[in-house]
Amino acid sequence: MRLDTILRVISKLFIPFIFIFALYVQLHGDYGPGGGFQAGVILAAGVILYAIIYGLNAAKRAVPIRLVEFLIPLGVLIYGAVGVWGLLVGDNYLEYNNLSHGNQPHGQERGVFWVEIGVLVTVASTMIAIFYAFAGRGRE
Amino acid sequence: MELLINMVLLTLLAVITVGIIRVRNLFGVVVLAGAYSFLMASVMIVLDAVDVAMTEASVGAGISTVLALGALHLTKTEEAPPRYSAMIPLFVAVGTGAMLIYGTWGLPAFGLADTPMNTGVGLDYLNRNYGETNIPNVVTSVLASYRGFDTLGETTVIFTAGIGVLLLLKRFQREG
Repeated sequence: MRLDTILRVISKLFIPFIFIFALYVQLHGDYGPGGGFQAGVILAAGVILYAIIYGLNAAKRAVPIRLVEFLIPLGVLIYGAVGVWGLLVGDNYLEYNNLSHGNQPHGQERGVFWVEIGVLVTVASTMIAIFYAFAGRGRE
Repeated sequence: MELLINMVLLTLLAVITVGIIRVRNLFGVVVLAGAYSFLMASVMIVLDAVDVAMTEASVGAGISTVLALGALHLTKTEEAPPRYSAMIPLFVAVGTGAMLIYGTWGLPAFGLADTPMNTGVGLDYLNRNYGETNIPNVVTSVLASYRGFDTLGETTVIFTAGIGVLLLLKRFQREG
């Protein structure tokens, strides 16, 4: 890929903005369109762009496959843990009303924030893992 | 104006569909399918479904295109000539399309305020949402709070799909 100077430079410029946009979509999901699912896919798209331009091995050095495979179940566990957190403060499973000492809207915001983090982690790492699995098969 | 935009977008969708059918080069088909998804996302924006549009643009146009290109990398780029006649698939497609169009006759007009989905539980969410959750975006609060169980299920589906794909594909991978 020596000849793709323009692609390399432009994507190097773009990837940080893609990640920041993913964070914006994630954290601004309460107010605008978006949320964990969309942010996760955008985050994964940034990593995939890096892998396409700089090669799979460079991407695997930056985002190791073991980390990705660790994060896939972690997101679901975060989500489930928010439900258990609700149980611990005397609510039903996945009910957020009591998460902030009885301040209902505040507790809701807390619950939604952590739940969306869980969705982000699982979606982003699953997309990256599927891409790694596809791209790593090579030509026979 | 909105009608004009819709007509342009839908015409382009039809053109691209014909293109996907006619083009024999699979690389061209993948690129056209990506363009189709982007147009579909634009249609969603015209319909004010920005969340869906965002998902369509990132998953349909982004990730699926990359995965299809990854699959293309493992196979030939020219479509093989069809082995069977196209009559039965054509019949199934036309039949399904006709039934779907017939189904739209029973739908209420677009954006009507006094339909069941706009007067029943939907209105209830809109009225209660801000006081109860302090989250202005009703889509987010319905997804993550009111229907938290559904979203937990969706996340588990993604988790399961990821694990399934990894189990299928990782076996054939070289070590390292």
